[in-house]
Amino acid sequence: MRLPPGVEEAKVPIQSDTDIVTARQRGRMLATQLGFTSGDATIVATAISELARNIVLYAKGGEVLLTPVESRDNYGLVITARDEGEGIADVRQAMQDGYSTSGRLGVGLPGVKRLMDEFEIVSEAGKGTTVTVKKWKR
Amino acid sequence: MEVPILKQGPYLIATIQSALTDADLLQLRDSLVEQVGRYRSRGVIVDVTALDVMDSFASRTIRDIAQMIKLRGAETVIVGIDPDVAFAMVRLGLNLEGVATTLDLEEGLVLLNERARATKR
Repeated sequence: MRLPPGVEEAKVPIQSDTDIVTARQRGRMLATQLGFTSGDATIVATAISELARNIVLYAKGGEVLLTPVESRDNYGLVITARDEGEGIADVRQAMQDGYSTSGRLGVGLPGVKRLMDEFEIVSEAGKGTTVTVKKWKR
Repeated sequence: MEVPILKQGPYLIATIQSALTDADLLQLRDSLVEQVGRYRSRGVIVDVTALDVMDSFASRTIRDIAQMIKLRGAETVIVGIDPDVAFAMVRLGLNLEGVATTLDLEEGLVLLNERARATKR
């Protein structure tokens, strides 16, 4: 399926809490343009908010890439949250519900995984973390 | 964007009108906690109908607001959680345990009035 006209990848630099809002609003707009339900557009915006907040909390800076994708008969949205922070020492531990090194609410990554259809995390100590998630239109 | 807070008799009504940054949420918390003392308010309503996303930070701050207002001797009701937002919150594993919620502003006022009557007895 060809992407609808005018639907393009967006890159949002993440430095502060205002960028979190910008990223999730861009994501909601793209999801809506791709025909996602309002419920799924909210899911996408919520996941982006959590991922972008992780960048602000743990890495001080990074970016969120919002990429519309197509399959034979459907559309999807890929969200790539990338930072060049410290990296996550123990990814398996970070994926456990309730785990948080910042002492804040530990819903972060496992919660985001539950919201999305596909989830991948790559982290290297000292080099940063990239979380890639995908949501298909229903 | 600052959240307007309206004084309505013994209550304060804060109506969120757009997406809020973390700093906006913290400012709302501080303003409510301060104004509840200044106006000697009995209750606080936070209308979140227009809030685009309730993520972990927003729900934690809402819980903090309710607890701090409680410590100041007043009640808090969160009103107007959108169905899509409620769904995303549940999937994310967030809750507002211990915080009173109602469908809308009207129901929120009813709840505060009932509680005020109950404490008078």
